Amino acid sequence: MSTVTDKVPVFAGLAPLPEAKGRAGFGGALRSEWTKIRSVKSTLWTLAAAIVIGVGISALGNWGQSSHTTETAVELAHKDLVQRTMFGIILGQLVMVVFGALAVTAEYSTGMIRTSLSAQPRRLNVFFAKLVIVTLVAFVVGEIISFASFFIGAHFWATKGVTLTLSTHGALQAVIGGGLYLVGAALLAFGIGAALRHTAGAITLGVALLFVINIITNFMPTSWQNDIDKWLPYNAGSQVWATQHVADVGTSFSAWSGFGVYMGYAVIALILGLWVFERRDA
Amino acid sequence: MIQATELTKRYGTRLAVDHADFTVAPGKVTGFLGPNGAGKSTTMRMILGLDRPTSGSVTINGVPYHRLAAPLREVGALLDAKAVHGGRSAYNHLLVLAKANGLPRSRVDAVIDLVGLHSVAGKRSGGFSLGMGQRLGIAAALLGDPGIVMFDEPVNGLDPEGILWIRNLMKALAAEGRTVFVSSHLMSEMALTADHLVVIGLGRILADEPMAEFIAKNSVSYVRVRSPQPAELAPKLALRGWRVERQPDESLHVYDTQPAQIGDVAGAEGLWLHELTLVQSSLEEAFMRLTAGSVEYHAGQSDDQGSPDGPAVAGWGTPLESQAPQAPQVEERIQ
Repeated sequence: MSTVTDKVPVFAGLAPLPEAKGRAGFGGALRSEWTKIRSVKSTLWTLAAAIVIGVGISALGNWGQSSHTTETAVELAHKDLVQRTMFGIILGQLVMVVFGALAVTAEYSTGMIRTSLSAQPRRLNVFFAKLVIVTLVAFVVGEIISFASFFIGAHFWATKGVTLTLSTHGALQAVIGGGLYLVGAALLAFGIGAALRHTAGAITLGVALLFVINIITNFMPTSWQNDIDKWLPYNAGSQVWATQHVADVGTSFSAWSGFGVYMGYAVIALILGLWVFERRDA
Repeated sequence: MIQATELTKRYGTRLAVDHADFTVAPGKVTGFLGPNGAGKSTTMRMILGLDRPTSGSVTINGVPYHRLAAPLREVGALLDAKAVHGGRSAYNHLLVLAKANGLPRSRVDAVIDLVGLHSVAGKRSGGFSLGMGQRLGIAAALLGDPGIVMFDEPVNGLDPEGILWIRNLMKALAAEGRTVFVSSHLMSEMALTADHLVVIGLGRILADEPMAEFIAKNSVSYVRVRSPQPAELAPKLALRGWRVERQPDESLHVYDTQPAQIGDVAGAEGLWLHELTLVQSSLEEAFMRLTAGSVEYHAGQSDDQGSPDGPAVAGWGTPLESQAPQAPQVEERIQ
């Protein structure tokens, strides 16, 4: 942090701008939001952290499991090793929650929102431009995490004689799905962030919905778990990065219907967020 | 041109802005004066569409702010110099705004040079001093070469050099034919910069008139006379055609004359004088009286409203009389 001083100039008038062309529309909002994302170090650090944690935990977990397993290659082949390679998503999703929440709550915590909405008072443009940029960035980062995790994990399991490639049954869909799942986590947090306008609150609620709630339901009676479990955001959403769809308890959704339920939660959060963003005073 | 019509904002039971009607015209600096909490910032936020009016409307050149094709090209506003992301560089902050309105990148460089931030344009704005943050805010306001500029308390916390710079900037912008709307809670500041004055107190517009008119109306003076024989002296002074008001403390307030002339009358009549003081009320006091009046009005304490012989108020023009505060309180302030 440095405080800098500079010579105060005399106001010498402004060179007039050429005639305005077009209006401040969605295209401008998109370019503006992209500039916002790439020009703040904390965002870039958050994304880097998501990759390091997501891929790192995957690598660590698969290295540990593959080197300590007593199961044979034949037994292992019956397990969902594809999903296991992307184990780090469970923690990576939490960082994606931070990214998604910050993309909107940082505007409120810094006061930037008032400047942003002065430049673009048509709030739907701002909201959807932000949403598009967050989705694209989360998709790229999410796919990097899922693909890198898969290939690193496949390398470890190959030492146990199990060959995992993208053409393994359901593998390509699951690996792409891993990235999509992370996009969902960012969007859920984005919606919550727009609704709450508060960084800590949005992150806490996002983490609670994706992570803590699963721990809590473990303490519930088994009969309840059977009814509730598959509807939990993580359990529903994680079907899209699995190649086997039999949950530990009860039944599970198929890959895409599970993902649909999961994205349903994100959409509910986004609708709430949009409503608050559009209606409430900035 | 900014035009507010019956503009109202209610927070719960509190009226932050109460049916405000005013017009801000181009080519001059219009001061928006009111004590803290009077509704200045709320009004400015409604102008920019950040807050939604409870009722009424405000337009920019006849159009609501949110319908302006490229808002930054018509209105440049500095409401809060801290309304930036401290982690973003000054240059990128301006670039974000330029992109939103389709302004060329060259314009960012131009305004950075204009406010003298070129040497720190690449630095995080979070590390800026207050004065530099203020200049970044002004750069943002001027980015689109707007015909209307709006500043909320721009000199707050600035050093004298910064204050002078902003004053000159506002005058220069007005001289270029732009509409300049600037808020302050300091009458003294407004007296130096504003050509026109809109006074707000507890959300109500209390005055909307040219500065010269406000000064003429409000900078009154009178002579305070203390005498052991006020009952004899007062009629003699009134005979000369001067307005004389008797105060509860037996002193006299004499208008339209000078101390020497009163002394001459007293001497000629052989009456004693204990005090002969010329009391000049400043614009600051005029402003305080105006807004204090609105406070009392809203607090519902003006049961004796009208108080036609409220001495200090009688000569202060019509807008003031309706909010006449009680005489003794006002008298305290004037001294």
